[in-house]
Amino acid sequence: MSRQQVLVDADWVEAHLNDPNVVVVEVDEDTSAYDKGHIRNAVKLDWKKDLQDPVRRDFVDKAAFERLMSERGISNDHTVVLYGGNNNWFAAYAYWYFKLYGHRDVKLLDGGRKKWELESRELTQEVPVRPRTTYVAKDPDTSIRAFRDEVVNAIGKLNIIDVRSPDEFSGKLLAPAHLPQESAQRPGHVPTAKNVPWSKAANDDGTFKSDEELRKLYAEAGVDFSKDTIAYCRIGERSAHTWFVLHELLDQPNVKNYDGSWTEYGSLVGVPIELGSGS
Amino acid sequence: MCGALTDLPTEVDAGKQAVIQGVVRRGDAPVHGYVRLLNADGEFVAEVPTSATGAFRFYAAPGTWTVRVLVPGATADREVQADLGVVTNVEVELPA
Repeated sequence: MSRQQVLVDADWVEAHLNDPNVVVVEVDEDTSAYDKGHIRNAVKLDWKKDLQDPVRRDFVDKAAFERLMSERGISNDHTVVLYGGNNNWFAAYAYWYFKLYGHRDVKLLDGGRKKWELESRELTQEVPVRPRTTYVAKDPDTSIRAFRDEVVNAIGKLNIIDVRSPDEFSGKLLAPAHLPQESAQRPGHVPTAKNVPWSKAANDDGTFKSDEELRKLYAEAGVDFSKDTIAYCRIGERSAHTWFVLHELLDQPNVKNYDGSWTEYGSLVGVPIELGSGS
Repeated sequence: MCGALTDLPTEVDAGKQAVIQGVVRRGDAPVHGYVRLLNADGEFVAEVPTSATGAFRFYAAPGTWTVRVLVPGATADREVQADLGVVTNVEVELPA
């Protein structure tokens, strides 16, 4: 993938607002953001209600994803452009999720909702009506999703990238600083993980840094590009942002997002945990 | 969870947390924008959109922080000292 295939800018989105082949999708945990104003003709996805199983901690299954896409009027042939708040955390998570279920053409709006707002571009409360489709998903592609045992087995062998903030990595905080501190049973990080906060991959306006800056960032952090990589954070959305950077922008072939992330790993019994700023 | 704070409770119990909160205004009007929290090394730690009243809040740790405000056409930085069990208030007044 090249940057041109997976990222679009706001001008591109404005030029395709009425393009029948394009569906713009806002993805936020806080759906009130969409309700207060969204990009014209964009549909919404709720990170939690739509994309998480209501009972188990897992994705919705293939049949539920197919129902969701069909209800939202998204077909297999549509170009899906995702954007959202939090510097596209949840949009990147949804991007990874769409790829997991085999959607062919997905893109992110570079800078997401924030850049769109900072440029004072149009937001509307009009909700589009889209005709229902018959979406057919592929079986989940687990080559891009890591599970807990793979993470334990990767210690000291593969690149493990902890994309949380330095204070979460060291064990000083259990969750991002804008949230009440509730999370896993234990603070810290997976031993041998390198701490490359997701935010270092993005500019203040939420756009991704250049490929050159990104390669330098991970190389200087000690990431060995000849090895496979697992990225994690707290619940898998910030690490989807880093998965996007490594797999989609930098074309690294074997990168997995561990969506169980620290809320799972930091509550497991018996696994090794490291505290401090790392080696 | 990681949702954006869109409307803040008026009272917050700092308890065992170091809370940094404030309001972004231009003249008397609240401004919609984003507030980033940077640590003492200038590294990004967190970001929230301002609420309908221009308010923002972070649950930080004790120490020195920078609050960076991003709004259409302007940015502003404020240095803040946060202490455990204390709610530190920051008023950011932007030029009209």
